[in-house]
Amino acid sequence: MRGRKLRVLLAKAGLDGHDRGIKIVARYLMDAGMEVVFTGLRATPEQVVKAALEEDPDVVGLSFLAGDHLVLAPRVIDGLRQHGLADVMVLLGGVIPKRDIPVLERMGVTQVFLPGTPPAEIARFIESRIGQTH
Amino acid sequence: MPDLADDCRRWQDTTLARALERSPERQTPFATESGIPIKALYTPLDVQGSDYRDGLGFPGEFPYTRGVYPSMYRSQLWTMRQYAGFGSAEETNQRFVHLLEQGSTGLSIAFDLPTQLGLDSDDPRAEGAVGRVGVAVDSLADMETIFAGIPLDRVSTSMTINATAPILLAMYIAVGERQGVAQKQLTGTTQNDILKEFIARGTYIFPPEPSLRLGLDIVEYCLREVPRWNTMNIAGYHIREAGADAIQELAFTLANAIAYIEQARARGLAVDEFAPRLSYSLGCFRDLFEEVAKFRAGRRLFARIMRDRFGASDPRSCLLRTFSGSCGSTLVSQQPLNNIVRITMHALMGILGGHQAIHTACWDEGFALPSEEAAILALRTQQVLAHESGVANTIDPLAGSYYVESLTNEIETRAAAYLEKIDAMGGMLRAIDCGYIGREIRDSSIRQQQAIDAGETVVVGLNRFQTPGEGDPAPALFEADPTVEPRQKARVAALRAKRDAGEVGTSLAAVDAAIEAGRNVMPAVIRAVKAYATVGEIADIMRRRWGEYRAAVQL
Repeated sequence: MRGRKLRVLLAKAGLDGHDRGIKIVARYLMDAGMEVVFTGLRATPEQVVKAALEEDPDVVGLSFLAGDHLVLAPRVIDGLRQHGLADVMVLLGGVIPKRDIPVLERMGVTQVFLPGTPPAEIARFIESRIGQTH
Repeated sequence: MPDLADDCRRWQDTTLARALERSPERQTPFATESGIPIKALYTPLDVQGSDYRDGLGFPGEFPYTRGVYPSMYRSQLWTMRQYAGFGSAEETNQRFVHLLEQGSTGLSIAFDLPTQLGLDSDDPRAEGAVGRVGVAVDSLADMETIFAGIPLDRVSTSMTINATAPILLAMYIAVGERQGVAQKQLTGTTQNDILKEFIARGTYIFPPEPSLRLGLDIVEYCLREVPRWNTMNIAGYHIREAGADAIQELAFTLANAIAYIEQARARGLAVDEFAPRLSYSLGCFRDLFEEVAKFRAGRRLFARIMRDRFGASDPRSCLLRTFSGSCGSTLVSQQPLNNIVRITMHALMGILGGHQAIHTACWDEGFALPSEEAAILALRTQQVLAHESGVANTIDPLAGSYYVESLTNEIETRAAAYLEKIDAMGGMLRAIDCGYIGREIRDSSIRQQQAIDAGETVVVGLNRFQTPGEGDPAPALFEADPTVEPRQKARVAALRAKRDAGEVGTSLAAVDAAIEAGRNVMPAVIRAVKAYATVGEIADIMRRRWGEYRAAVQL
């Protein structure tokens, strides 16, 4: 286990401006003792990758509610890989059709959290996975 | 009422107390969704001190608590307005024609995010978003397609558009002109409420000050040229969906309205000239009586603000004309058919609340854009309530309920306290800028989530009465058409090749000149859209002048 707090970069990639969900998740992760950085609205995939390079997160969490996840999530993942951040865990949350989940997982998304997920479950998931891999 | 007070205490201490010993209350405390404590029983004692004439009055008369129009639904039912707009202009046109054939009486257009943010479909930032959450409009050609065969003098159209509202309104005016419908005849609404974008929905482009200027350009232009247009729909709905409670929703909506009205007056417009064309929208959430009380309190508080603060003398300035929306965040993916019941409740709140137009959500819209079947069902829900239930047969039927009147008073008091606080901070622009409004909404959304986690707020199918083994919800989804984006890109490229490039350049320069000179941009924007300048090109002119706004990140 690392000697530092878990670090999570949360991002709204794309044009959608609904950030209620991601802000709630941020609060729950902070309450679980994690350090959380949020990109703010309308980050490009390149900006998300740049923020990841600067913030050195264990997890990148992306929120999608406008149906553009299959276009933008792979760009973030490819960018992370190109910059040597392939081991950063990528999580998605939001309105994601079920049939897209296996596609996203093949692209390298570790887990997709659908509407109605208790936010504390996301914190527990991160703790269990990072605990397992370190 | 000393005798009644004594009686009430006696009942509480004897009859009720004995019953509670055997059968205690099933929860403590009871409260509305916004945290107003609810007593076991309301009696005339809870509304004493309220004068009927002063606090309620009569429909169509100050303070409009009972309704903005004298005869309300006995003359004319509310407008049943369904939200549509997806994919391409052709598909949206087909959906509109279908909805009109089914008895829908107003159209409502959703635009895709690139259109809302002033980006053409071939802009790299638009990739993946073209035609997704609404229809893609790049130029007047798309708007002409959307309204093909729909005479604009016979429909009213509500456009959910804010940052780029002047451009889309200019296109609507141009479509009308080409159909032979004068702009003076056009009826409809532009949402054109940029302040709530900064606090709730995030779809802003320019900094607040020039954004407000554009919003007021529409107000000012329509005053003279499109007199039947509802220039702004000041929206609480999105504030609610961002996490505000009912009281915050009402207070922040009215605070935004106050900010617009003050700006319009600073431009030299008289309140009675423009205020009658402002309209409002508020959400329908979960708590039936609280929502109805919110609408009633809103009408009274607004009327008093308009009369006392702004000195409005035209009664129409004092009318809180409202469009109510089904709050999508109350819908649940688990056991999704339950949403039909929730949506029926939303419509009931809207009707009992006396709205002028009501939108009902589609039960499947939590997962994707609604299917056609669900869209028709949403409309049928309103028709069943309107024509079968009897709820629209008398005006303001919940008036006089001790509970509803008491809640109405309490919500008005609490919303007014917020307005005082915002005034003390220097007004809504300051309150937004310093992060106060954003924090209030965020804290409320976290409280709501915590109440769901703790089971204090019951959501059927989600945290109680779950279906064992239901797994992840996977209803039949509307499939976004993957060919829309390439088609739209090809279409805008073809348009650029065949239009008169000289007139495009000249007309865009005229937009720039109007901005620089501080003139109303509408005439220049209308000219530019007629030359088939694109949404992105016109917005780019504005971006060069004003820059793009980046909000401070607040967690």
